[in-house]
Amino acid sequence: MTQSPLSFSRLSRDDKPIAIAALFIIVILIAGTVYTLSRFGSAPLLSPGYLIQQLQIGSFLGIVAAGMMLVILISQIDLSVPWTLAAGAMMATAVGGPWALPVALLVGILVGLVNGFGVAVLRIPSMIFTLGVNAVMRGLMVAQTGGFAPQTKATELMRFLAAERTFGIPHAIFVWIAISIAIAILLKKTAFGRAIYAIGNKEAAAYLSGVPTKRVLFIAFILCSTLSSFAGLLLAGYSTKAYQGMGDAYVLPAIAAVVIGGTNILGGRGRYLGTVVGVILIVLLNSVLSIMEMPEAGRQIIYGSVIIAMLLVYGRGDKVTS
Amino acid sequence: MEHKNSSGFSIWFRQNTGFAVIVALFSVVYFLYHMAHPKGFSSQVLIQNSNEVFALATLAMAQTVPVLMGGLDLSVGAVMTLVDCLASHVLEGTGWSLFWGILLCLAAGTLAGLFNGIIVVYGRIQPIIATLATGAIYMGLALFLRPIPGGKINEDVNWAMTNALADFAETVGIFDDGKAAWFQPIAGIPSALVLLILVALIIWVPFRRSVTGRTVYAIGSSEGAAFMSGLNIQRGKLAAFTLAGLFAGIGGIFMAIQTSSGNADIPMAGGYTLSSIASVVIGGTSLLGGTGGAIGSIFGTLILKVISFNFRVFDIAPLLQPLFEGLVLLAAVSLGALSILRVKNQLELFR
Repeated sequence: MTQSPLSFSRLSRDDKPIAIAALFIIVILIAGTVYTLSRFGSAPLLSPGYLIQQLQIGSFLGIVAAGMMLVILISQIDLSVPWTLAAGAMMATAVGGPWALPVALLVGILVGLVNGFGVAVLRIPSMIFTLGVNAVMRGLMVAQTGGFAPQTKATELMRFLAAERTFGIPHAIFVWIAISIAIAILLKKTAFGRAIYAIGNKEAAAYLSGVPTKRVLFIAFILCSTLSSFAGLLLAGYSTKAYQGMGDAYVLPAIAAVVIGGTNILGGRGRYLGTVVGVILIVLLNSVLSIMEMPEAGRQIIYGSVIIAMLLVYGRGDKVTS
Repeated sequence: MEHKNSSGFSIWFRQNTGFAVIVALFSVVYFLYHMAHPKGFSSQVLIQNSNEVFALATLAMAQTVPVLMGGLDLSVGAVMTLVDCLASHVLEGTGWSLFWGILLCLAAGTLAGLFNGIIVVYGRIQPIIATLATGAIYMGLALFLRPIPGGKINEDVNWAMTNALADFAETVGIFDDGKAAWFQPIAGIPSALVLLILVALIIWVPFRRSVTGRTVYAIGSSEGAAFMSGLNIQRGKLAAFTLAGLFAGIGGIFMAIQTSSGNADIPMAGGYTLSSIASVVIGGTSLLGGTGGAIGSIFGTLILKVISFNFRVFDIAPLLQPLFEGLVLLAAVSLGALSILRVKNQLELFR
């Protein structure tokens, strides 16, 4: 029996995906660098400035993915993310001034309350209920902006949080790190975190064990929506304005990042570190493909193939035999 | 005792209350639409509506099959777009060239579905995430075929399929060019509507009655129990995704014929996929699997579409239309959930 150099077999079931995904990030970096060296004679991918910029772009996806992970862990899904994100950004820029941040968070909390009500109280599958909420949010925003691109600008605070830098490091990365630490502690060290995993594994069992399942579902959806609207506020700060459809490019990559990071799409299993690694993988893959001037067609094909390949390596389910 | 005396219809009604309610609701709303429409109750309006409904209706049927087995297919919009782009290349000719072109398009859709099935069955990846990934691949292939919108479709086919049966008969040259006396009562029926009914009758109904079809329902109810009953689970799953691909392919062909071009638009494909899920749910199929059917999904599509038809005739501000559509979707799924209020044992909620 030959032992693989990194000996994946010794890793636990939840760590293996993270290790493989991290390894794949290195493969992407090497492949991209080999390409740029042979084509342009330089290695921009390995320069700290470039990597930091990628992390800054990744931090918006990272914050959305953090919320999405909480919802996926309780074996639900939140498809209302795109227009919650856009609504957060639009309302924040529309209100402006010191109230921008509280308003964005309030939008997230309200959407989360509605989602939580539909899923926890009415017991409607989250896939369809959040889809409806997304449509309603879109309708509200279209009615609010009159169907045109909003004319409002990002506030100072939003610029400060998303675009400005300290010691050359964008504040958005600090925000992402702070949120990541909070979520990691929440999942690992608190009763709420345990309850999330318990519900994801078997909701009925969690309920019978005295877990307040309804409350946990509500909080998970509120956190997810609030993180989405907060990411929208940051994104508006980064691009100096809010625009229609700014969230559309975030929901599927966020789900993909969570799953690539080893979180079971059916809930109940997965580590937060994996989601961070998944986000970095997706952002880097996108940027390497754009450096290679890959046409959109090739990008889509590679993007899909990578997800399937990663899941074939470690995301396979069990055979149902009883 | 009561059961013994009830007629066949009342049994059917009890088992299909949701479906009956949807059909009745659609009929009423559609009747109001025709009443309000300046050209109401004319073949012209019916043709326009049928053409608008067809693509989403086939896509809703496509989505129904994986949903019935407790899965989901997030690639149906992409498969439709892929076939749409392929069709814009191969449906230019006439006669046999046209025939082989259509066959090629159907095969492409079916193969895409089969590929989904293979990944789900042999790769053992969750359908939702597997089809999310294959959907990206199909979109890539579609973009490869049509980097920018364009292409051409045989004009006769476009004319015959997007108009009334009379125009179809005239183009094909049957029934005295559509002027036969016996043909007149049905001459005004839209070709697209007839095609939709034929697709449902020729593909869906036999499938539902076959062992494989019932296996799909059984997997949705309880995969473990289906396995223990000796049903061929793998074949059921493969068939479900393959059939979804075939339906989506039919939708793609029609879309190409209708627009006379191919267009690989990623947001549009995503929108169609999400609308197909909404149609399935409104049509009475449970997202948990096991109950429902493709005919219900067609009516789900009709309800979604008839709402936007009504916006046009009732002069609702265009800016409010997306909001109304969203509210109707939410209301529709929430009404279905009201039975939750009758549940006494909390544990029954966790299915």
